Amino acid sequence: MSKMKELKKIIVNKPLKLDCGETIINYPIAYETYGKLNEKKDNAILAFHALTGDQFLTGINPVTNKKGWWTYLIGPSKPIDTNKFFVICANVIGGCMGSFGPSTVDEKSKKPLGTSFPVITINDMVNAQYNLLDHFKIKKLFCVIGGSMGGMQVLQFVSNFPNAAKNAIPIACTANHSAQNIAFNELARQSIMADNNWDKGDYVNKEKSPDKGLAVARMAAHITYLSQKGLQEKFGRKLQETDNINFGFDADFQIESYLRYQGSVFVDRFDANSYLYITRAMDYFDLTKQYNGKLSDAFKNCSTKFLVISFTSDWLYPTHENKDIVIALNACGADVGFIEIISDKGHDSFLLDLPEFLTTIKKFVDANY
Amino acid sequence: MLITNMKEEFKVIANLIEENTRVLDVGCGDGTLMDYLKKNKNIDPRGLELSKRKIQESLGKGLSVIEGNAETDLKQFPDKSFNYAILSQTLQAFYNPEKVLDELLRVANIAIITIPNFAHINVRLQLLIKGKMPVTKNLPDEWYNTPNLHMCSIKDFFEFCDKKNLNLFKALTIKNQKISEINKRNLFSKNLFSELGIFLIKKK
Repeated sequence: MSKMKELKKIIVNKPLKLDCGETIINYPIAYETYGKLNEKKDNAILAFHALTGDQFLTGINPVTNKKGWWTYLIGPSKPIDTNKFFVICANVIGGCMGSFGPSTVDEKSKKPLGTSFPVITINDMVNAQYNLLDHFKIKKLFCVIGGSMGGMQVLQFVSNFPNAAKNAIPIACTANHSAQNIAFNELARQSIMADNNWDKGDYVNKEKSPDKGLAVARMAAHITYLSQKGLQEKFGRKLQETDNINFGFDADFQIESYLRYQGSVFVDRFDANSYLYITRAMDYFDLTKQYNGKLSDAFKNCSTKFLVISFTSDWLYPTHENKDIVIALNACGADVGFIEIISDKGHDSFLLDLPEFLTTIKKFVDANY
Repeated sequence: MLITNMKEEFKVIANLIEENTRVLDVGCGDGTLMDYLKKNKNIDPRGLELSKRKIQESLGKGLSVIEGNAETDLKQFPDKSFNYAILSQTLQAFYNPEKVLDELLRVANIAIITIPNFAHINVRLQLLIKGKMPVTKNLPDEWYNTPNLHMCSIKDFFEFCDKKNLNLFKALTIKNQKISEINKRNLFSKNLFSELGIFLIKKK
């Protein structure tokens, strides 16, 4: 991973007081940009990534050599056309693609921080990323956009910086992480921590890695990103490289083989401690509570135009949770549009080649630019 | 659903709305009226619409439209968040038009309601002479596939407002692009010869 050293970064020398009480300073934020910032600096879009995403949202990720996670939506001649827009995406703090996180090497001890990394929140993430606006001398973003945890960052960003974005597109997200989602995240964390190789987060210094725990965490999470119907249609009861069931515990079914594969490739690109920290940040996200039980107060000072999008088969961040955001925005007279896209692809829909979804965003950004 | 007079109807509605006001277009379709209000009346309107395709069209015009149904989704708007709520030719298609009207007058000071008149002479004659449910160019659907559940006449709407103690302070109709007022004196003939009723109501 020598390419990790070549990642674009800013070192933030402004202190940031985290929600947990600690203050951080001189910490790195790794980012990538696509397209050109115009002279008026009015064509910038800040995109926020989801739990396991990173700054490489389109093109080829130089570290993994895989396609970016939002290539269907963003890129040259894509719905968000980087010939026209300047798209910035940063790795969240807590992440493992160059930004300040548990795998950051501590200058004093020369060891990765591991679990001595402070517990961070969605609020901390967006406060850290705001420094990129100063870096590029952008006064007002044309748009902030993100799905899932990226959508939570959109909501937090607009409430923290009510004049920093002209438009906002939170997708398939929530204003308060639900009990079900906390439960799934806890399952993932327990899986990682139950792996002996995790070693209280100190695995890096002992040259081992909780791959099994992290793979199981990913497998479980992956199921939640799909839908019952989508799984049934794609896999059904199809068998994997076998004509009959084998009366054993190998992967007889295609769905088993698929999940095992998803788990195994994930551990190559993601850090187990980052997974713990970021899922915790999602669980702690409760924008309503931040505003003393009145979500609409989070948006009462903003002039941002919102487009909220949900998907019919998303059971992780279901439509009604997205609608709660719309209701709160209406309650304070904010400018908001809302559409529920029909899809049987579950929560993952926002990452896929879904024409209805892609066209909606294209129409919205083009009409408002 | 009725499409005749569409443009004329919208022009009339647009003329009834004051500049710089807050407007909710319930069942805003492709956003034609909202777009007009935005461009000509310095209004930043909001829309509620069921059709996803039409919502996309509206979003493509830079309009803020929320997917939803007037019967279930008006509750998200606070009391009196709008000066006007527009409901064009859909009142008759709701399960509970009375409740929808209540909600419209909760979220807005003034509701602009338009209805296809079921007492128009063509409709009456079809029922009287043929003894069949009327199918006209304004009411093109058969009894078994019409979205209309609660057809009413202009006279019915007048009586409804009386009964519910609503202030029906303006009633108009359009015929051959000519706008005329409906009042209690001409109600008999207007109810017979008008295809469309446009009503402005508010709470007393």
